[in-house]
Amino acid sequence: MSPQKRVKNSQVQKRTSQVSGNYPTNLLAWEEKEDLNDSKYSLKRGQNNPVEDYGHADDQAEDALQIAVRYFEKGPVKTSQNKDKILEEHLKTVENVALKNGLAPEGIDILLNVALSGKFGSAVNTRILKCMIPTTLISEHSVVKAVSWLCVGKCSGSTKVLFYRWLVAMFDFIDHKEEINLLYGFFFASLQDDALCPYACHLLYLLTKKENGEYFIPVDSKLKILISFQGMQPHLQALLSLYKFFAPTLISVSLPTRKKIYFKNSENLWKTALLAVRQRNQGPPPEPLKLMLGPAKVRPVKRKWNSYSVIPVLNSSSCSKECGKKGMILSNYLSSHELFPLEQLKSFPQLLQNIHCLELPSQMGAVLNNSLLLHYINCVKDESILLRLYHWLSQTLQEECIWYKVNNFEHEKEFANFLATVNRAQCFLQEGFYSCETFLYKSLPLWDGFCCRSQFLQLVSWIPFNSFSEVKPLVFDHLAQLFFTSTIYFKSSVLQSLKELLQNWLLWLSVDIHMKPVMNSPLETTLGGSMNSVSELIHYVGWLSTTALRLESNSTFLLHFILDFYEKVCDIYINYNLPLVVLFPPGIFYPALLSLDSSILNQLCYIMHRYRKNLTAAKKNELVQKTKSEFNFSSKTYQEFNHYLTAMVGCLWTSKPFQKGFYIDPDVLEKTGVAEYKNSLNLVHHPALLSYAVSFLLQGKKWNWYLDYLFSEGLQGLKLFIRSSIHHSSVP
Amino acid sequence: PTSCGARGNLGELKDYFIGATPLQKRLESVRKQTSFVPTPPRRKIPQCSQLQEDNDPQKVAFLLHKQWTLYSLTPLYKFSYTNLKEYASLLSAFIAAEKQKGLAVEVGEDFNIKVTFSTLLGMKGTQRDPEAFLVQILSKSQLPSENREHKVLWTGWFCCIFGDSLLETVSEDFTCVPLFLANGAETNTAIVGTWFQKTFDCYFSPLAINAFNLSWMAAMWTACKMDQYMAATEFLWSVPCSPQSLDISYAIHPEDAKALWDSVHKTPGEVTQEEVDLFMDCLYSHFHRHFKIHLSATRLVRVSTSVASAHTDGKIKVSLNKSSYVIFPYCYIVFKMYGICIFHIEEAQWNANLRQ
Repeated sequence: MSPQKRVKNSQVQKRTSQVSGNYPTNLLAWEEKEDLNDSKYSLKRGQNNPVEDYGHADDQAEDALQIAVRYFEKGPVKTSQNKDKILEEHLKTVENVALKNGLAPEGIDILLNVALSGKFGSAVNTRILKCMIPTTLISEHSVVKAVSWLCVGKCSGSTKVLFYRWLVAMFDFIDHKEEINLLYGFFFASLQDDALCPYACHLLYLLTKKENGEYFIPVDSKLKILISFQGMQPHLQALLSLYKFFAPTLISVSLPTRKKIYFKNSENLWKTALLAVRQRNQGPPPEPLKLMLGPAKVRPVKRKWNSYSVIPVLNSSSCSKECGKKGMILSNYLSSHELFPLEQLKSFPQLLQNIHCLELPSQMGAVLNNSLLLHYINCVKDESILLRLYHWLSQTLQEECIWYKVNNFEHEKEFANFLATVNRAQCFLQEGFYSCETFLYKSLPLWDGFCCRSQFLQLVSWIPFNSFSEVKPLVFDHLAQLFFTSTIYFKSSVLQSLKELLQNWLLWLSVDIHMKPVMNSPLETTLGGSMNSVSELIHYVGWLSTTALRLESNSTFLLHFILDFYEKVCDIYINYNLPLVVLFPPGIFYPALLSLDSSILNQLCYIMHRYRKNLTAAKKNELVQKTKSEFNFSSKTYQEFNHYLTAMVGCLWTSKPFQKGFYIDPDVLEKTGVAEYKNSLNLVHHPALLSYAVSFLLQGKKWNWYLDYLFSEGLQGLKLFIRSSIHHSSVP
Repeated sequence: PTSCGARGNLGELKDYFIGATPLQKRLESVRKQTSFVPTPPRRKIPQCSQLQEDNDPQKVAFLLHKQWTLYSLTPLYKFSYTNLKEYASLLSAFIAAEKQKGLAVEVGEDFNIKVTFSTLLGMKGTQRDPEAFLVQILSKSQLPSENREHKVLWTGWFCCIFGDSLLETVSEDFTCVPLFLANGAETNTAIVGTWFQKTFDCYFSPLAINAFNLSWMAAMWTACKMDQYMAATEFLWSVPCSPQSLDISYAIHPEDAKALWDSVHKTPGEVTQEEVDLFMDCLYSHFHRHFKIHLSATRLVRVSTSVASAHTDGKIKVSLNKSSYVIFPYCYIVFKMYGICIFHIEEAQWNANLRQ
């Protein structure tokens, strides 16, 4: 938060204390001070308010809005000739901005003040109130301040009614309700106003909590009087039934058996605006959910029932649990002490304290958006919880998947977001969901390789550990087709996700195998089987990479991703404590060794160094254990490594390339016409390092320091490689 | 192919359940289905089973002549057939609340609508299938007159027919009624669906019937022997072209259709994929001979026969028009077919997509 913002907040707090301190006696004095403050805020706002996200084009509108707000704040100018025109202009500005983007809390604060203070005529006040649409939230203080204006009677009855309606409609967007709740008595008193009564009832209905019990007795008597005047109006009935529900004994007014309870609709005026605000606030609507299924919507492209987002809202279990017991639903909600309500779950310690009595969401899909509950489902031993999640997820993935539907790419972004959420949850739990796996199997053959690419490829990296030969036809064969026919960027992202897949498999195996050596399953899950599967995956990626390098003419970019993969591969034995060392195929080793890019060479050196470490560690363990276990590496692996190593040392160090390891017939070499081919690949002449050699020479240093110079240039892999593989064996 | 992957949970779960859990079974069955050809090459023509004797002809008759919109449904969590009454009152309160702008309403209050839940006996394939059940929204006449005729505003029913493969993969906390059929205002469907989704943690999705399955239905319905044909056998193809798509309707006399079917149908008691393909190919070539249009290149969107009609949007209607006792087997066949369909629809859908 910027310092300015903090200042602003402290001012807001100051204002709050003024409100509660002076209200309502010293209103005018407070108002004056307030004006000064407000104009300051209104000028500052927009620059460092993180909530707002206006585009550049809106900047102008923003400035105009500030001028307009300042204009209203000052009050009508009496002398100016074309005051009506100016007024109209400013009103239009405010209306436009409000309807488009909503107003920031500060703007609402000022304008609400204007509308209720009666500085302008009733018509203007109405228009202002109608466009009091928040960008995200409304500050509670603004509401309290506005209510205080009602006490001085500066505004007309119709403005009051409109204000009440606004309050009801915007109730959910008010940031806090504690102070508003303190005004309960005030709102209650307004029941006596005939025009206000229906809306006041609704507002009270929204505000009433069980703790408001002190009002229940006066309510009883007052409502009796009201009912005697007005008759049993639906809104009164509604409020009364709520009181009666909270305190059946305190309310003596009897409700008719045929109850009609409803309120006049307050939201109509702001309907579209409300929708927009809710969507802005991202989260699903907290209150009455509207049905989204209109007749205009064609069926197969059905949008969600009753919901703004794909993922369900977090709600406590409704009746499925209570059903069967008597006196269900509402009373259970309010009186249950045994269950910890989900809505209150805010922190990890809370989760720990209540883990035994946590209420589960009515729709398990909601956990995707809640990391605390993800923790919970991670440790809970109830399969039905997972099944509920999986059933929902499978169906949702299938229904939302945009490439199932012909030519329906409107919702790509939404689907991408959904996939991203699912991936986040998988990553959080370090676990692949079964639903995603089946979804992958089904949808991969239909995927164009473009739609939601990164999200979809991430799903691949969360495929649970499996026998490779079984997953291959389902996933990898399809992926390979796309891989070979797509751009280098696609190839790189596939390799990236395969690297993550390998990493996930290794992690699972390293945890699993060391915990449960033998799994009681008819299926092949022996360590040997698992290792086979992993090595098949590595060989498969080796094959993909070799071919891809040829297709992309040994692109450095691609090589980076390939070597990244092998950085994982070379360290399996030490990092994951799994008995597996798989070397890279020559098709990767040689292009890397002969690369023109020093970072590739460096990475190769590092990988060779790690291979060496892993292989020597394995050898050491074999010697210690002496017994021949099935996981002793064959001598072939060591030979292969030595072969690569000699080739590297021959090229980089001893200047005897193409003789051992990397053999090329001298006749062929003659034909290339390179005069001193023997030297051309050593550390000084290697094309990847040539620039280092040149700049070293330019510095006029002695050759003895050349190695140190290279190391100091950040070639750590080279350093490790030379330290471990060369210094001991052959000193130049 | 055990899933070490989903380990944390499943690994532990393995200690709890001896043998494979429903979850694992489901996963394995999916893998199998995916690796092998998913569409059954043949389907048995269902015979009237003894189960039909349990049925309530009144209720079954009620299901005829209505257009049903199909939805597929994930298993219901903690649904119990013993609580149907309670569900009815909860749902009616929910509907009232939805219609009254989301106000809380007390359960058991008097509203001008009434909701009923009741079982539909006999609407299942095997004894293991859970009982089908019917949900209705009725309007209550305002006048408390003696003649309280309730008008049906909306009807929906849930069923599971030959759900063996699905039943295996859910645990006992779940009730598997994968097919939901609704008739009435879509807003009501949405409200009821929402309530079910919230209450039983299930998920409804509209069930489209692709051309592949529509051909199957056309063939199987044509195969039904009727004493009297009420309507022509009609196919509707859609040609995607702008600005408006072009529809091609192709009606044949039902007896001709039956004759054609009889000529391609060889295996008694079952229908094979080859027969269905051949049946459709005959129609295509006949059409091509006359109009030089390759219907196989267009999209089949609707079939209607004297037995029933189905639209690719997932709407079906049973058109049989006889005393319910006599027609029941047919009706049963129709719905049974959907029951069968539903299990294959998922795979068939993407399988068919693959071919396109």
